[in-house]
Amino acid sequence: MTKIVYIEHSGKSHSIDVQNGLSVMEGAIQNNIPGIDADCGGSMACATCHVYVKEEWFNKLQKKDDGEEDMLDMAFEPSKFSRLSCQLIVTDELDGLEVQLPSKQA
Amino acid sequence: MIKTDALIIGAGPTGLFTAHQLKLIGLNCEVVDNLDKIGGQCIELYPDKPIYDIPAIPECTGEELTNNLLDQLKPFNIKFHLNERVEEVKKNNDKWDVKTNKGTLFSTPNIIIAAGVGSFEPRKFAPKDCEKFEDKSIFYSIKDKNIFKSKIISIFGGGDSALDWAVELSKNSKINLIHRREEFRAAKSTLDQMKKLVKEGKINLFTKYQLKSVKGDEKLEGIDIEHDNKDIKSLKTDFVLGFFGLIMKLGPIADWGLSLDKKTVTVDTEKFETNQKGIYAVGDICNYPGKLKLILSGFHEGALAARACFKLARPNEKYRFEFTTSSKTIKDRLGVKSD
Repeated sequence: MTKIVYIEHSGKSHSIDVQNGLSVMEGAIQNNIPGIDADCGGSMACATCHVYVKEEWFNKLQKKDDGEEDMLDMAFEPSKFSRLSCQLIVTDELDGLEVQLPSKQA
Repeated sequence: MIKTDALIIGAGPTGLFTAHQLKLIGLNCEVVDNLDKIGGQCIELYPDKPIYDIPAIPECTGEELTNNLLDQLKPFNIKFHLNERVEEVKKNNDKWDVKTNKGTLFSTPNIIIAAGVGSFEPRKFAPKDCEKFEDKSIFYSIKDKNIFKSKIISIFGGGDSALDWAVELSKNSKINLIHRREEFRAAKSTLDQMKKLVKEGKINLFTKYQLKSVKGDEKLEGIDIEHDNKDIKSLKTDFVLGFFGLIMKLGPIADWGLSLDKKTVTVDTEKFETNQKGIYAVGDICNYPGKLKLILSGFHEGALAARACFKLARPNEKYRFEFTTSSKTIKDRLGVKSD
């Protein structure tokens, strides 16, 4: 189990233990965190699991592949710290990862 | 008023196979879909992506799957109402009255919702003020390009639609092309054309910028765009076009008195019926204990919902289970010779 911190747009924070191997998106869905829709179910086809990764964490993550960057063009208010949470796989290294949720997904 | 035994909402793989099942057991049906083409998510989201878990098909793309399902429907004459969204569903004695956004009316004892995650709609700009200019000076698709002649147009997006329109409209208009990063995901030939037009001064390119705000009371006067580094630029513009692809919205389905769980419709696992008699939900949009969002599950759910439809469409007949391999009736319906 790895601790992932989901911060809603309102500032409300949820610290969740997520099983390694799941995606940050799945961790949110299984724990009913509001603000992540994940319409396509994790196939990198919809950009509705968009999160902002805290700057200090951003560079520690696995790099985005092209498909993810393309999908982020569609996301609601993307920033340079945007990621699709379905592409972030939880490992021990991510313990304490903080992701902020956008005001809405679409 | 169109009378049909069953109305299917959604022309994705589940809706298509459900239509097949209905026709096999001798019921007629019509299909409504908000998209301009058949195939649902398979066509809109991943036409080129291979799928590996369709039974007996080791590998096929979303587009191939759609084409195969359409091939399978060939023996039957099924009417598709594309570009139409079902808006209203009302009980009328033992039938449902259904109305689309284009005013098409149906009367049917059975409605099968196979709507995936809802209907596809364009993704819109974030600033709230954009709404008041929508369909006047802010557009997410183009119906009549003549209104843009000799005007200043700001186009947002980095895909094929944004670039195609930037290139096309630059012939008669002044174009600002704005995109959130430096890379574009469009066809190389369009990208080259766009770069050439930028060099020639026919397109003003702003990368790493996004829409910050729109200005004007009655009429759109200009926009502010913001750079990644928070720099703000003001642009004069007559029209704004946004091309950010499509998003799925549950839409009017939420208003039909169905029991919902988040964005899905709760059903039983015998008929895949909702809490409303004669309304079924199949495929990604339904939920029940153990639900898997797989295409194959949608096929199973559609087959059972189709049998349930029989009871309401033919109350005085008894449904008899038959195999396609041996039933003469089914072979007649398929137009194939019996042995």
